[in-house]
Amino acid sequence: MRPLTVSRLVMNCAILAAILFCVMVLALKFGAVHVSLYGLGRDLLRVFMGKSTEISSNYSLILNLRLPRIWLSVLVGASLAIAGTSFQALLRNPLADPYVLGVSNGAAVGAILALLLEPHLALSPEIASIFTPLGGFLGAAVAITAVYFLGRREGHIDSNTLLLGGVITASLLSAIIILLLTTIPSSNVRGMAYWLMGELSTVPSRPLAWVLRVGFFVAAAVIYTTASDLNLLLSGEKEAMHLGVDVRRIRLVVYIAASALTGLAVAMSGSIGYIGLLVPHVMRMIFGSDHRLLIPASAFGGAIVLVIADTLARTIAAPSELPVGAITAIAGAPLFIYLLRRKLA
Amino acid sequence: MTFAIRTGSSGASLSRSTMDASRAASEPRLSVEQVSYAYAPNPQQAPIFTLEATSFQAKSGEVVAILGPNASGKSTLLQIVSGAMQPLSGRVLLNGFVTHDLEPRIRGQRIAVVQQESQLLFPSKAWEFVMQGRHPYGKSLRFETGDDVAIAKNALAQVGAEYLSDRWMDQISGGEKQRVILARALAQQPLLLLLDEPTLHLDIGAQVDLLETLRKLAAENRYTVVVVTHELNLVGEYADQVVLLQKGRCLRVGPPSSVFQRDLLEQVFQTQLSVEAGSNGRPRVNILPGT
Repeated sequence: MRPLTVSRLVMNCAILAAILFCVMVLALKFGAVHVSLYGLGRDLLRVFMGKSTEISSNYSLILNLRLPRIWLSVLVGASLAIAGTSFQALLRNPLADPYVLGVSNGAAVGAILALLLEPHLALSPEIASIFTPLGGFLGAAVAITAVYFLGRREGHIDSNTLLLGGVITASLLSAIIILLLTTIPSSNVRGMAYWLMGELSTVPSRPLAWVLRVGFFVAAAVIYTTASDLNLLLSGEKEAMHLGVDVRRIRLVVYIAASALTGLAVAMSGSIGYIGLLVPHVMRMIFGSDHRLLIPASAFGGAIVLVIADTLARTIAAPSELPVGAITAIAGAPLFIYLLRRKLA
Repeated sequence: MTFAIRTGSSGASLSRSTMDASRAASEPRLSVEQVSYAYAPNPQQAPIFTLEATSFQAKSGEVVAILGPNASGKSTLLQIVSGAMQPLSGRVLLNGFVTHDLEPRIRGQRIAVVQQESQLLFPSKAWEFVMQGRHPYGKSLRFETGDDVAIAKNALAQVGAEYLSDRWMDQISGGEKQRVILARALAQQPLLLLLDEPTLHLDIGAQVDLLETLRKLAAENRYTVVVVTHELNLVGEYADQVVLLQKGRCLRVGPPSSVFQRDLLEQVFQTQLSVEAGSNGRPRVNILPGT
């Protein structure tokens, strides 16, 4: 018997944090403008020491443009992976991902509506810059609320009803997306299509970045407090209830927090597939099914994978950029098939 | 043998033990008082299943069997006893407390339920599964202590499944899995152990083995055991009391010798059978061939 201890949890997280740090440094190095690791390290040190004025213009460009984008990848990747892990336990479905309940489609509808409305509203530049992500987040919130009411049975969330309600809502919303896309001016369609496939090139403004950070840490912390309850939910709701889990409360809390994480991520970056589906499975294979370790491991794993995917997206066809969602899908689908075959074998 | 670790695990369980001990002297541990239930798919429809008022009592160390054909309300009664379902009328008291009103964690400390099957979404090792039984004793992220490990090991030992500790749950036989599930229930250190058809997928040897283990555990740990089963002869052999149900009605409650009457059992199970006393005085049922 080797139950999880705090020291083992911290050690595993430290290893994953070190890997994430290395990946972030490499992601800073690669791009249209090449920089040396030495120069990067030196200038990062200067930034940490508060001597930002002493860094060269090339590095300034990288630290001001590339670094915020990498941080965005970290938060979005971690959010999607935590949401995926949570939904898989909540719905007792290994195929569940953050988008299974229609949150991303809700966000897409909201974002497209915002794009359609924006030219007709006299918005200040500050408001205009956050208008589309705000529309995306509101769309996600409406979808979450609708699915919640569809998924209720006898006044409480029922996992199977929730899943069915989510799938139907997602299907309805995707039809609405197609209808709306036909009404968007053709100049906007390409940008919208990129957004639907996921992209991280639009770094949120400072206030929006704070909303994302605070939202991420609050929702992730809330989910983490339910980690040991989620372990028992894997055995079934009745069993969890008999083992002292307040199943109704946990289902509601995890549903809201995981949906909020997804809504934030989608509003900032569009629908990036496979992170929320695959990363939890890979981390489960490495670290086991204990959510007290699995949730932070998935967060680090999601961040690492998305930073790598985004680095590839902006370097493979440089100076052009590929949608990061296409990269994760191209890499994720074969990996998923491999994992499935390995399990069957 | 008393559960040595039990009283040493925490202050909360110590005070609970003291409180429970004082009650035990004057009251039966489990008291099911006129509980009834009605199920309708929606509130506008007439109930499609009802459980009529049912009562029975059980002391610590007793094994009670709930017996009856399919759809007689056995599992419903067990769920009501566990506190998971609220009865339409009546109440279930465990040491004087209404089980349905207990806070989930407290209920998990006092009542352990072994379901018909336990389907894990992702595989886990047997020891991890047994450790889940310690969940009601912790809060939030609580990491397991040395006491928890000792209790889980003890639980596995009590059901003779120590050797399964490091095996994956999806790679052990049905009988072995049933023992691990029982070990998890023991790790909860309950007052009341409820089992819903635990012998369903077991061969006859494993069934006897399981019931003997239950009998032994009830005697050693002073658990009150309530088991739902179809196995007439196992009930006759191992139960102290039988609650006989048919189509939601409680027909009789009492020791196997008073419940195992040929006419009554033939009426309930719709088959011809004979009842005779075994060498130990307990009733044995034979299904008559060709009926």
